[in-house]
Amino acid sequence: MILNQILFYFFALLAIGSAILMVTRRNIVHSAVFLISTLLATAGIFLQLQAEFLFVVQIILYVGGIMVLFVFVIMLVNLDVALRQIQFNRQKYVAAVLAVVLTAQVFFALWVVRGDPNLTKSADKMPVRNTEAIGDAIFQHYMLPFEIASVLLLVAMIGAVVMAKRRV
Amino acid sequence: MGHLIPSSIAPYVLPVVYAVVIVAVLPLLAGYIVLLERKVMADMQARLGPMRVGPHGLLQPIADAVKLLLKEDIIPANADKLMFWMAPLVSVTMALLAYAALPIGPAFQIADLNVGLLFILGISSLGIYGIVLGGWASNSHYSLLGALRSAAQLVSYETAAGLGLVSALLLAGSLSMKEIVQAQYDQGTWFIFSVPVGFFIYMVGSIAETNRAPFDLPEAESELVAGYMTEYSGFRWSLYFLAEYANMIIVAGIATTLFLGGWLRPFARWHDHFPGTSLEFFDVIPSLVFLAAAAYCFYLAPKQPVQIQKIVMAAFGAACLLLAGAMAAALFASPAVMAGIHGAFWFMAKVVAYLYGFLWFRFTFPRYRFDQLMRLGWRFLIPLALVNVIDVGIAIILRQELGWSPFWAMLLMTLVTLGVAMWLASEGAKPATTLQPADTEI
Repeated sequence: MILNQILFYFFALLAIGSAILMVTRRNIVHSAVFLISTLLATAGIFLQLQAEFLFVVQIILYVGGIMVLFVFVIMLVNLDVALRQIQFNRQKYVAAVLAVVLTAQVFFALWVVRGDPNLTKSADKMPVRNTEAIGDAIFQHYMLPFEIASVLLLVAMIGAVVMAKRRV
Repeated sequence: MGHLIPSSIAPYVLPVVYAVVIVAVLPLLAGYIVLLERKVMADMQARLGPMRVGPHGLLQPIADAVKLLLKEDIIPANADKLMFWMAPLVSVTMALLAYAALPIGPAFQIADLNVGLLFILGISSLGIYGIVLGGWASNSHYSLLGALRSAAQLVSYETAAGLGLVSALLLAGSLSMKEIVQAQYDQGTWFIFSVPVGFFIYMVGSIAETNRAPFDLPEAESELVAGYMTEYSGFRWSLYFLAEYANMIIVAGIATTLFLGGWLRPFARWHDHFPGTSLEFFDVIPSLVFLAAAAYCFYLAPKQPVQIQKIVMAAFGAACLLLAGAMAAALFASPAVMAGIHGAFWFMAKVVAYLYGFLWFRFTFPRYRFDQLMRLGWRFLIPLALVNVIDVGIAIILRQELGWSPFWAMLLMTLVTLGVAMWLASEGAKPATTLQPADTEI
């Protein structure tokens, strides 16, 4: 039990610390690395909650896929020029309001489910395994929304190709 | 053992021991794969290869390791120090972490995750950060170009390789590495015979993912010096090297588990198909292999030119003899012990066979040009992999809904896939009519 708690606080501190470092670094590659570290720490918390599938998807999609493309694009940018430009778009007040709203949301969610005995239970006692349960949910109960989302992504992809082609 | 170790940490002891063994043995293994590579290359080019350090170069890996550890560690003046220091560590850590879910035989596995395959794929794909960050941190054009090529190549071929694996997963119906092997035992066939096209796609994809020739554009010495590793030297360089060979063993382990029956021996279920007959002599093969190796070592020992080399050769022979004895002794141990030890032997044998295929590829095919590499990945392998997944799905439906025999269903759909492959190849051979944006060189 104590090991579990140590691990949780380790991942949580890693996630928060990396997130703070991500927004404060001036070098954009360092920021990207700290974002990767935040995503990995979040994946670790997923794993602790016995959500193996989410853990793996987080790593494969966000860390292994999207962030690789981010870093790839960053490297094509001239960093010396980028460093001298304004790094932030000066929306401090909007950001502050949004942060307060998000925090309030989290606390509201916790307040709504207070006293629920399921809150402190982990998923390892479930009869169906996590991966199978997600497969069932996506491809049986939520088939239509899932297909709509995938068509939307396809449209976005084709749109990107068309826009890229026009300039050649 | 229960008295010595408190029950709260008891479940962690065995995995930790396995982990330590893997981390300790892997560098040695990587060194000997390098030696194997040099010897195979020499053989294919009608040379002798390393012969000086130890008999027939058998101690060469140790000499290489000592040399690398003693070399001067150079950090370029304009490098990003932290990233430069971290990048090789990322590569090697991710490569080693992936071993956590790889079952080397039924007994030797650190953790049997129920998403084991995805875990290995995800973690080993993180090794790319070591390459990309190292190339960027070096602050050198060659390094950066190598890193960019590597990222582009990995993203392109990961998709094809992953879809190749999906075709086998459809048959296995599980993501747990152990259950995938068990499914091959239950169905009585290795999946390479059910989805040969999937195996081929994965093999090409895995060679590209590990940056091996003919897809070693990120470190193409004729264009980029040494690609992302140009500015690295000494121990850091050797970490990159270790990560590359560890990744090769990982992809070989995945291919072995998914397509080559994992730790199953050949004809593992012969007596089920043909009651009354048995091919139990396959259980003796591990011993015979090591016995033959020992005999060869003893045969060569007196022919060595120097006294010390004679002794070392004889020692290698004795080690092989010892292993042969262990394999034979396992036959008389309990079934679980026997399955564990012989499973590990067959697994390693298949991994080495797969790696031999890698080496064979490397010394057979010339290096691709970057646009050819991209065209092969996006225009041939990915469409073929998609078609293959659909065809395997159709074959499973034919089997389950229409009651076809698995053999005919798979044969028909494999032929369909091969037809599509030929059509794709002939389309690719036509000259491109317009300039393709994807072909612009990086």
